[in-house]
Amino acid sequence: MPFKRKDKLPEREMNLNRRKLHKMKDYKELALKAYQIRKNILIAIGAGHKGHFGGSLSIAEIMATLYFYKMKHDPHNPGMADRDRFVLSKGHSSPGLYATLAEAGYFPKSDLPTLKNLGSHLQGHPDVLKTPGVEANTGSLGQGLSIGCGMAIGLKHNGLSSRVYVIIGDGEHGEGQIWEAMLFAPARKIDNLVAIVDKNNIQAMGPTCERMNTGDLVSKWRAMGWHTIEIDGHDVRQIAEAFDEAETIKGMPTAIIANTMKGKGVSFTENTAAYHNNSMNQELYNKAMQELDDKIASLSLTVHSEKSF
Amino acid sequence: MSIHNPREEYGKVLLELARENRDIIALDADLCKSTMTCMIEEELPEQYVEMGIAEQNMLSVAAGLALTGKIPFANSFAIFLTSRAFDQIRQAICLSKLNVKIIGSSAGLSDFGDGSTHQTVEDVSIMRSIPNMTVISPCDAFQLKAAIKAMVKYKGPVYMRYTRSDMTDLTTETDGFEIGKVYKMCEGSDITVFATGIMVEMALNTAKKLKSEGISVRVVNVPTVKPLDRNAIIELSKDTGRVLTTEEHSIIGGLGSAVAEALRNERICIEFHGICDEYGQSSNEMQPLLDHYGLNENSIETKIIELLKK
Repeated sequence: MPFKRKDKLPEREMNLNRRKLHKMKDYKELALKAYQIRKNILIAIGAGHKGHFGGSLSIAEIMATLYFYKMKHDPHNPGMADRDRFVLSKGHSSPGLYATLAEAGYFPKSDLPTLKNLGSHLQGHPDVLKTPGVEANTGSLGQGLSIGCGMAIGLKHNGLSSRVYVIIGDGEHGEGQIWEAMLFAPARKIDNLVAIVDKNNIQAMGPTCERMNTGDLVSKWRAMGWHTIEIDGHDVRQIAEAFDEAETIKGMPTAIIANTMKGKGVSFTENTAAYHNNSMNQELYNKAMQELDDKIASLSLTVHSEKSF
Repeated sequence: MSIHNPREEYGKVLLELARENRDIIALDADLCKSTMTCMIEEELPEQYVEMGIAEQNMLSVAAGLALTGKIPFANSFAIFLTSRAFDQIRQAICLSKLNVKIIGSSAGLSDFGDGSTHQTVEDVSIMRSIPNMTVISPCDAFQLKAAIKAMVKYKGPVYMRYTRSDMTDLTTETDGFEIGKVYKMCEGSDITVFATGIMVEMALNTAKKLKSEGISVRVVNVPTVKPLDRNAIIELSKDTGRVLTTEEHSIIGGLGSAVAEALRNERICIEFHGICDEYGQSSNEMQPLLDHYGLNENSIETKIIELLKK
């Protein structure tokens, strides 16, 4: 979908962003980006407003690695034909997507606090027609992987080597359509498609193993015919290496089962369903921001940029 | 009058268009020999995607294809597209105004043997309610072909329903088709009948019969139920002052409702002819089934005569 940017960034900043985008393989920088994305998530939702903190915070490293290392994309030309595509199948984690798109320069960061305001381009769930950089409408769970399959077929048909990345929640596996797409992609040998499972083990009403046990997802994806890689979804090096490995796999799609922690990065949102969709009062919000700032400060002091984070 | 099978003509025209336009992709959920997209699979396998028995996945895959500039045609029986995959149509396709063509075959009661699970008398109502959707219901195989050509040129979601059985030719191969237009099929001054799909032929036959009895019936074919040509509907209703709508569909939310909405500010006497809030059922033949639900010329005639007494 073609977009026209309203506010163009200054030329110098644009060039800087372009240079950084495809080259960043400094794991420390990626880890810092993830925490900046976490801060953006908080800014987007704001104090006193309800928002999907948990599932947004759990995908921060994955989003950082996609947008600042792996994907071919241009925030100043969101309609670029040969761009890679990203689909957030778990559309309720839209704050995580908007936080990343703003960080990459698709729209000004000052737009973030308008999330869910009447008339804002930042809808509660991703909207292709409203937000620059959003590639698919999601929100009714279970549909994103299928949309990604269609994109992957279409891109190949267009003679492009572009790749498609789809993030699915582990709770989202309750939707039958996920399993339809899991059967479909290997059957059609769609190898320009990567499914990333944000396995944070908690869904809206509690632990996934209690609400609807999805069991051993690695075995299940593998059995469905996907090249399946299991990683720590907060380790940017493991994430980057998994994406690189996926690119070498021909004739079948790749699934990355990313073990993550719901609400990662803020002590009181971690590993709880309480912040799946909730609000923080000003005091808690300030505390969360402080924790993220502290983490950024300590990460910045780390010397070895090639080590895992 | 000659007849053509709409399914075969659909397969032919889609193949013809797909040969010229590489962006056209046919998707089918294990019914390609029924929807006749098997013709694409055979000749242009690169432009055919077999979805297996998974309609929801099919509609979302179609959305993904449209997002990369393709013109996907999603095919199945009308019921499995519009009911089973409603959410996918609403959430991904229409909300984003994606260029997906949804072609529902065996619409209405035309899958007479399979019964209510395979028949659809609610699809027009369901599809019409979704913002950005266009709903087409052609009166014969020629109009179907012309509509397919028109929808390829139109960028946006379209749902077309059509019958399984042979259709009498009411238009010609050279007649044009414009999305959103109504077509006057015969002139009359006592009453205007708005008809769609297989009911157009029945309405025309009824008009002919009544003419010999001194009743002058205007028949208007409404192949595009949405967007409805509101001005034309009003113009064609005002002088007769009496309107009957007829459709092989529930009277709730279909053509009748659309026409009533268009005429809401006019002083027009309107009556609906269709299926009265019921499911279909199995029958070994189509005609007895249509008769059971009163979808025949006698029933149209009765409605017209009743209306003229008002």
